[in-house]
Amino acid sequence: MGALSTPKLIGLDDYVPVVGQAEIDEMRAVAACLEGRTVKMVNSTAMGGGVAEILNRLVPLMADVGVPTRWDIITGGDDFFAVTKGFHNALHGAAYEPTPQAFEIFRACQQQNLASLRFEEDFVVIHDPQPIGLVEARDQKPAHWVWRCHIDVSRPHPEVWNFLVQYMKRYDAMMISSPSFTRALPIHQYLWYPSIDPLSQKNQELEPEFIRETLERFQINPKRRILTQVSRFDRLKDPLGVIKAYKLVRKYTDCQLVLAGGGAKDDPEGGQVLAEVQEAAGNDPDIHILDLPPWSALEINALQRASTIVLQKSLQEGFGLTVTEALWKKKPVVASAVGGIPLQVIHKLTGMLAHSVEGTAYQIRYLLSHPAIAQRLGEMGHEHVKENFLVTRNLKRYLLLFLALSGAAR
Amino acid sequence: MKQAAKPFQFMAASTLVRICGVEVRTVADLLEHLRTISAASVFNHTFQSLGQHHFLTEGFSNDFAQWVLAACNQPQLAEQLTSLDIRQYESVEALRADLLRVLEEFVASEPARAQQRAFEPFYFCEAVTVTVPAPWRAHNLAEFCQGLEHISRETLHYHFVDARLREPLTVNDFSYWLEDSLGLKELGDRVDLIDIYTNTLDGVRQLILEECRSWTEA
Repeated sequence: MGALSTPKLIGLDDYVPVVGQAEIDEMRAVAACLEGRTVKMVNSTAMGGGVAEILNRLVPLMADVGVPTRWDIITGGDDFFAVTKGFHNALHGAAYEPTPQAFEIFRACQQQNLASLRFEEDFVVIHDPQPIGLVEARDQKPAHWVWRCHIDVSRPHPEVWNFLVQYMKRYDAMMISSPSFTRALPIHQYLWYPSIDPLSQKNQELEPEFIRETLERFQINPKRRILTQVSRFDRLKDPLGVIKAYKLVRKYTDCQLVLAGGGAKDDPEGGQVLAEVQEAAGNDPDIHILDLPPWSALEINALQRASTIVLQKSLQEGFGLTVTEALWKKKPVVASAVGGIPLQVIHKLTGMLAHSVEGTAYQIRYLLSHPAIAQRLGEMGHEHVKENFLVTRNLKRYLLLFLALSGAAR
Repeated sequence: MKQAAKPFQFMAASTLVRICGVEVRTVADLLEHLRTISAASVFNHTFQSLGQHHFLTEGFSNDFAQWVLAACNQPQLAEQLTSLDIRQYESVEALRADLLRVLEEFVASEPARAQQRAFEPFYFCEAVTVTVPAPWRAHNLAEFCQGLEHISRETLHYHFVDARLREPLTVNDFSYWLEDSLGLKELGDRVDLIDIYTNTLDGVRQLILEECRSWTEA
């Protein structure tokens, strides 16, 4: 038995087969213009959540192109994180009763972190509302400060918004995932798509054997057509609407439905939604409901790759990275025109948009009966992701922004 | 091999997108806001967007036409907006004037349809282009071909499409250099005829290389 090898850290050159040598060479040329400059990224957690996942990959890549980047994480007690969770929900428009004490806890925690962190870098990127108040340190050294907002703040709780705006105004710019997620502010706002990593377990190429085994394990017939929606069991993802659309399709066309998600075990509402989904599925053996654990990236990847069509029939959506993942795998996608989905699914060009159960069923039937068109949509969707939604593009955007802030933009 | 009077410096070009904070929900509103939105926004939704969607060689021309088709369900108007060819314009303002003319005609002839609410709003955004010298410079046709093989699609778009708005107007950077610095007017003209609407940027690159190589062999 051989010795265990240390996992190799992925570097920028590992993306050459994906995006091409020219992209990587030009990124290094852009980075060379930032020689000697340093960056700090700050967020509120090192593990768990999309932001930490992005920074875990982005920070080493920044170093790889020669822009040293330090990643700091703020600390706070349970009371602080209870307040920021309330703020988070309030920014999404949920009901919230802010108290003067909540604002005081927030301010006090910002001050504690200001006392322990040093800001000596040339560019400071603050992620999400939790550390937003650190901008008070911008007087310590002339530097460029930007705020990356990963959430939809288009319909916020007014009192929480007004409280946070006093900080937002002090940044040089804000970056947000969709124009529909934002509001008027007196600072520049940049469109900053989230990204997927083509080399991650969720998106890497898979052996056909693994895909076949995965289908076998979940008793899905690989010889029949498969419709799949990947999302947690949440009413906003409309799994019941997906089953209705599938039943409309089944009147005319043979297919199976896979609803793959997670979260039902830890989330009481998720458990309830899962029960409703199981009831709606009844005893149809062609509906496969899979409540998967969080470490199922490879299985999700295999299910997406095995699908004939991928669905995302959400009633509300953030950016919709499951759509990005499906497009990357060259899958024809039928999705609702909500949140960030229309940025990815350009109707009839990179996928199909729908606005109802009946519309979703119609688009599925159309694509099942026109496989050449479905294949073309999948291929165009892949190109769209390659141009806009990969981690390498995210890295390039940061480098460009730093150059633009330095006054190098045309 | 003939040496150029001036070398061609490839510029690595990339674009950030800035949100204007203006959204519209009807064709009539699109018309009104298009009158006053920044030139950088008109550029973003036409020139820049064509490059961003270069892989769609059928059915995509600019963001306005796509929104009118997909969100407003007005195929006739979309067709008219699609037919505006950005290669014909010396300035963004001239392009804006034609976009306005097409929309004004529609609003005047179809006032009710112009007020129909779209499925999704249109958000105006503007392009911020950043350029830095790329590590390739050409002193002759062979070096030009080598550089062309190595540049990214965004850089190719910058030199071949966006360049038409820079002095000298309506000509791409490659054709201008071929004529001005190498004296190869005929080759420059042939390169300028390559269609950016029916080819991907990779396709455009191949066609330019083929023109240059066949010229060298001849």
